[in-house]
Amino acid sequence: MRLRVLRAGADAVLVETATGEETESLHAELLRRRAAGELAGVTEIVPAARTVLVCGLADPRAFGAEVAGWDVPPVPRGRGAAVEIAVRFDGPDLAEVAGLWGVPPREVAAIVTATPFRVAFCGFAPGFGYLTGLPDRLHVPRRAEPRTAVPAGSVALAGPYAGVYPRSSPGGWQVIGTTGAALWDAAREPAALLSPGTEVRFTEVAR
Amino acid sequence: MSAGPTDRTLLVVRAGALTTVQDLGRPGHAHLGVPRSGALDGPALRAANRLVGNPAGAAGLETTVNGCALRPSYAVTVAVTGAPSPVRIDGRPAAWGASVRVPGGALLEVGTAAPGLRCYLAVAGGVAVPPVLGSRSTDLLSGLGPAPLADGDVLPVGPVPGTGADTGTGTAAGARGADVLPLPGPGPELVLPVARGPRDDWFTADAFRTLFGGGYIVSPASNRIGLRTRGPALRRARGGELPSEGMVLGAVQVPPDGRPVVFLADHPTTGGYPVIGVVPEGSLPAAAQSPPGTPVRFVPVSTR
Repeated sequence: MRLRVLRAGADAVLVETATGEETESLHAELLRRRAAGELAGVTEIVPAARTVLVCGLADPRAFGAEVAGWDVPPVPRGRGAAVEIAVRFDGPDLAEVAGLWGVPPREVAAIVTATPFRVAFCGFAPGFGYLTGLPDRLHVPRRAEPRTAVPAGSVALAGPYAGVYPRSSPGGWQVIGTTGAALWDAAREPAALLSPGTEVRFTEVAR
Repeated sequence: MSAGPTDRTLLVVRAGALTTVQDLGRPGHAHLGVPRSGALDGPALRAANRLVGNPAGAAGLETTVNGCALRPSYAVTVAVTGAPSPVRIDGRPAAWGASVRVPGGALLEVGTAAPGLRCYLAVAGGVAVPPVLGSRSTDLLSGLGPAPLADGDVLPVGPVPGTGADTGTGTAAGARGADVLPLPGPGPELVLPVARGPRDDWFTADAFRTLFGGGYIVSPASNRIGLRTRGPALRRARGGELPSEGMVLGAVQVPPDGRPVVFLADHPTTGGYPVIGVVPEGSLPAAAQSPPGTPVRFVPVSTR
């Protein structure tokens, strides 16, 4: 894995990989090393689309040199315990997505529930996870016209990602269904249902 | 005789332009999309807490421009720091930057800040709203923590530390001698050191000459999320989109209009516009205290 290390201020580096899959593997490796006590002082490990930000480094230059030499194993999908999210496949963009996929609308649920997803990273709003796992041919564009309000619990697709809106917000993703799962509950421990690295399975509930 | 927790309150008589509950924030949750939040002028909040005998991380109030007015239900010790501002108790002048006793039922007023924007009001015992992910801070980006104060709100206050009692007569008086206050107020210009990266390669050499060549002022669109600027646009060396990536506190992000934005406490945890450089954390309190129109001078610094 070729890694590019970029400085981000006095105590942080941004480590860039060539693909999203590599980013997920690098993130898993960072978590593994932190759990093993190797990353003393690190305050944040923030994965994103092609990068992982590591903050709280006493010597970012030395860390950058070290990380470039790491052997980062790929992380297989669908092996760990998965968070199950029950979905009613009744979204307003279901037919549109089915059309893009070239399948009948009822097949969308079958494809999505058969796909092992994983949270690549979080962002946009607390509790929102960017889920990867859909093969390239099932990637769909954003809606040409974003909606001013996408309801909480909307299950949606855009680009390589699937996601669930933790609360009502504007959004341009293609909404294929809804879930009653609480993606974010400040009174719960942990508050976020999904965090980077979490395996996710969607299940279908009857309409 | 001990009063119950609901007997220790602050009634918000005048909320002011934007007054929020702030402590030192909730760092460590950026991977969940949760901003760090917390007082924009952290040293000022710490100083206020020290003056009233609180731990450094106790929650206080951050006011914006025109202060606020509160009526405590019981005799409390408070301190106002940050931007200098007139402090009054039932109309009589009281000390800024010092531990002050407010009788129960009296009106505590914090007036207009000058120079600077944000005052910090600490109360012995701390503002005791329920914490979210270990912090009581209001996060204006993601909506975590209590809403900004509104007239008529009632804020609970915690017990005075170190006494186990809540009569308000505890250790605060002993902290009166805590005289280490950060220097108040911004200067006539805001000087912001910038360490290049992580996306300096997205900009032309000319963009750096522009950035460090002056000509920027603080924009009135600045807020707790970021210090926005007005001035010359920074030219990119390349087009295209940057996949979303993690953002650090102090990141100087350059949106499509080319005017740099310096990320403050409520900044988004990830972003898709390139970051040309990073302002060290120690320079951000001054940024948060600089009113719109303040000249901004970015100066290059190197990283180790």
